[in-house]
Amino acid sequence: MIVRTLAMAGALSLAAAGAQAEIKVGMSTTLSGGGAGLGIDVRDGFMLALEQSGRDDISVVIEDDQRKPDIAVQLSDKMIQSEKVDVLTGIIWSNLAMAVVPGAVAQGKFYLSPNAGPSALAGKGCHPNYFNVAWQNDNLHEAAGAYANDAGYKNSFILAPNYPAGVDALTGYKRFFKGALAGEVYTQLGQTDYAAEIAQIRASGADSVFFFLPGGMGISFLKQYADSGVGLPVVGPAFSFDQGILQAVGDAALGVVNTSQWSKDIDNPANVAFVASFQEKYGRLPSLYASQGFDTANLMLSALKVAEPSDADAFRAALEAADFASTRGKFAFGPNHHPIQDIYVREVIKEGDIYTNKIIGVALKDHADAYAVECKM
Amino acid sequence: MSLILFIEQMLNGVQFGVMLFLMAAGLTLIFGVMGLINLAHGSLYMVGAFAASWAAGLTGSFLLGLIAALTAAAAAGALIEVAVIRRLYARGHLDQVLATFALILILSEGTRWVFGSLPLFLEIPPYLSGPVRLPGGIQYPLYRLAIIVAGVMVAAGLFALIARTRIGIQIRAGEADREMIGALGVNIAALYTVVFALGAALAGLAGALIGAIQSVQVGMGEPVLILAFVVIVIGGIGSIKGALVGALLVGLTDTMGRFLLPVAFAQVMAPAAATAVGSALASMAIYILMALVLIFRPRGLYGVA
Repeated sequence: MIVRTLAMAGALSLAAAGAQAEIKVGMSTTLSGGGAGLGIDVRDGFMLALEQSGRDDISVVIEDDQRKPDIAVQLSDKMIQSEKVDVLTGIIWSNLAMAVVPGAVAQGKFYLSPNAGPSALAGKGCHPNYFNVAWQNDNLHEAAGAYANDAGYKNSFILAPNYPAGVDALTGYKRFFKGALAGEVYTQLGQTDYAAEIAQIRASGADSVFFFLPGGMGISFLKQYADSGVGLPVVGPAFSFDQGILQAVGDAALGVVNTSQWSKDIDNPANVAFVASFQEKYGRLPSLYASQGFDTANLMLSALKVAEPSDADAFRAALEAADFASTRGKFAFGPNHHPIQDIYVREVIKEGDIYTNKIIGVALKDHADAYAVECKM
Repeated sequence: MSLILFIEQMLNGVQFGVMLFLMAAGLTLIFGVMGLINLAHGSLYMVGAFAASWAAGLTGSFLLGLIAALTAAAAAGALIEVAVIRRLYARGHLDQVLATFALILILSEGTRWVFGSLPLFLEIPPYLSGPVRLPGGIQYPLYRLAIIVAGVMVAAGLFALIARTRIGIQIRAGEADREMIGALGVNIAALYTVVFALGAALAGLAGALIGAIQSVQVGMGEPVLILAFVVIVIGGIGSIKGALVGALLVGLTDTMGRFLLPVAFAQVMAPAAATAVGSALASMAIYILMALVLIFRPRGLYGVA
C-alpha cells in the first residue's frame, strides 16, 4: 500500500513538473564484455524504430550493465530516481531481469523486456506493469521439442548450462518432446570445451541432440561437434544461430535446425521494411535480438499514441492492446503480458558468403507459455 | 560405460591439460623470474586468437595464422613489458594486480574497438579436420591429437631451453638471485623483456590453437586465466615442471569429474537429481583438488620452500 501511494505521489509530481511532457526511456543493456553483441542489436533495433517514428519528444538514456546484476540494479535505481524515466527496457539476461524488474515495477514504472523472460516473472511474479515483448524463456525450447516429435526423433541427448535459464530450457524441451532421453547433461556456464560431453553423446546411442548454449558457448559446441564426426541431427533454439554468431560458426552450422519466433524471411510488410532499413542504417543483417528491440520500441510508440505513461491505467491498457505492426506478423499478449505467437522452424543456409536462416515450417501456432495460469494480476 | 569412452575422456583430459600448460608455463615463468603477478596473461591469449583469426582469414593459411599469433602476442608482450610492467617490479603484488587488471580492460576494449563485438571465425585447417580412428576403435578428432602433440613438443622445447641454453641459465639464475646476475654483467632489463615476450608467445599460441575449436571473442582469456592460476598454485609457483604436472592434473580432474561424477551419483539417486548434483560438484572438483594439494604441500607440488 505504501509503495503504491508513493508511486502515485511520484506520478503526480512528475505530471505537475513536466508540463512539456517529454517521454523518458531508460535502457540498461549489455554493451561490453562477452554478451555485448546481443545488447547492441537490441539497442540498434530500438533506436531505429524511434528514428522511423519521427517523434522528437522521446529521449532515451542508454547505459551499459556489463552483464552484471549489481550494476544493472544501480543503473535502474539511477534512471528511476535521478533521471526520472517513465519506461525501462533493455535487459538481455534473466538473472539481471530478476534483480531489476520487480523493484522497478514496484516503484510504479513500466518495464518492457526486449529479451529476458524468466519463468518467475511470467507466473507467480507477474506484474501489471511488466510486459515481455520477446518470449517466455521456455517457448523456443518447447518448440524444439515439438519439432523433434514431428521429425520422428525417439531418443534425444539434451544439454544446457547449469543456471536458471538452462534448467528452463531442458524443462521446456521435455514438456513437449514425447521420446526418451538418451542423456541429460548440465554444463558449466561459460564452458568452452565440450569434448567430454561430445564423447558421451557418441556413446549414448541417441538419435538426436538438443542443446541450449547461447553465445560463445554455442559457437564452441557446434565447431567441436562438427569436427568430432558424431553426425547426429542437432536441434536448438535460435540463440546459438542468430545472425551475429553464425559467421563465427561457419560451415559447422549448415543444415542445423533451430526454432525462433522471428526470421528475416518472415513475409509481412513490417518485417520486409525492417530488414531493409536495418541493413541500410547499420550495414549488417538484423538478428532476432534486433527484431525484438524494434518491436519493443514500436509497442511503446503505439501505446504512447493513446496515452502518456503518467496516466498509468490508460497506458497499460494501450500496451495490452499491442496495436502495432510486429515484424513477426501476428502478435498478441496473453493474460500475463507475455506474447502469444507462432514459433517457426528454421534451417541454417548460406546465401552467397553469408550464413543465415530460412524458415522451413511452423513448430507451434499461437503459442502461449505454461506459466500464465499461475499469474494473478 | 565402456572402456572406449573412458579412454576417449582420458585423451580429452590430457588435451585440456596440455592447453592449460601453454598458458601456465608463461605465467609461472614470469612469476618465477620477475616475481610479477600478471593478470593480463589471459588478454595475450586473446591477442593470439584474434591475430590468428585475422591472418588466417586474410591469407587462408592456418599455419600463417599460428605464426601471426606467436608474433603478435610476443610483440604485445614485449611492448607491455617495456611500457608498463617494468615500472612494477619494485612494487608490491597489490600494485601489480591493479595495473595488470587495468591492462585487461584496455586490451579487451581495444580489441573490441578494432575488431567489433561479434565473435570472429577461425577454422580448423582441412588437413587436421575430422575424426581419426585410433587403435581399439576409438574415434578421436585429429585436431585435438594435434594439440596434444604440439603441446608436448612445446613442453620439451621449453625444458631444453631452460636446462641447456645460455638464456635458460640466465633465467634460472634470475630466479635465484636477480641482484647477483646483474652484478655479473647480464642485462636484466633485456632478459626480463625476453622472458615476458616468451610467456606471451606461449599464451598467444594457446589462444590460436584453441580459437579454432572455440569462439574467438573479447573476454575469452579470463576463464582460462583463472584455471592457469589454479594450475601454477597446484604445481608450485615458478616451476615449469610443476606447471606441466599441475596442468595435466587439472585437465584430467576437470574432464573426468564432468564425466564420472554424474554417473557415480546416478547409482544412488534419480537421474535428474544426479545430473544436477554431479554437475555442480564437477565444477568444484579442481578447486577441491587445489585445496587438498595446499593442505599437504602448502607451496604446491614442486614449489621451493
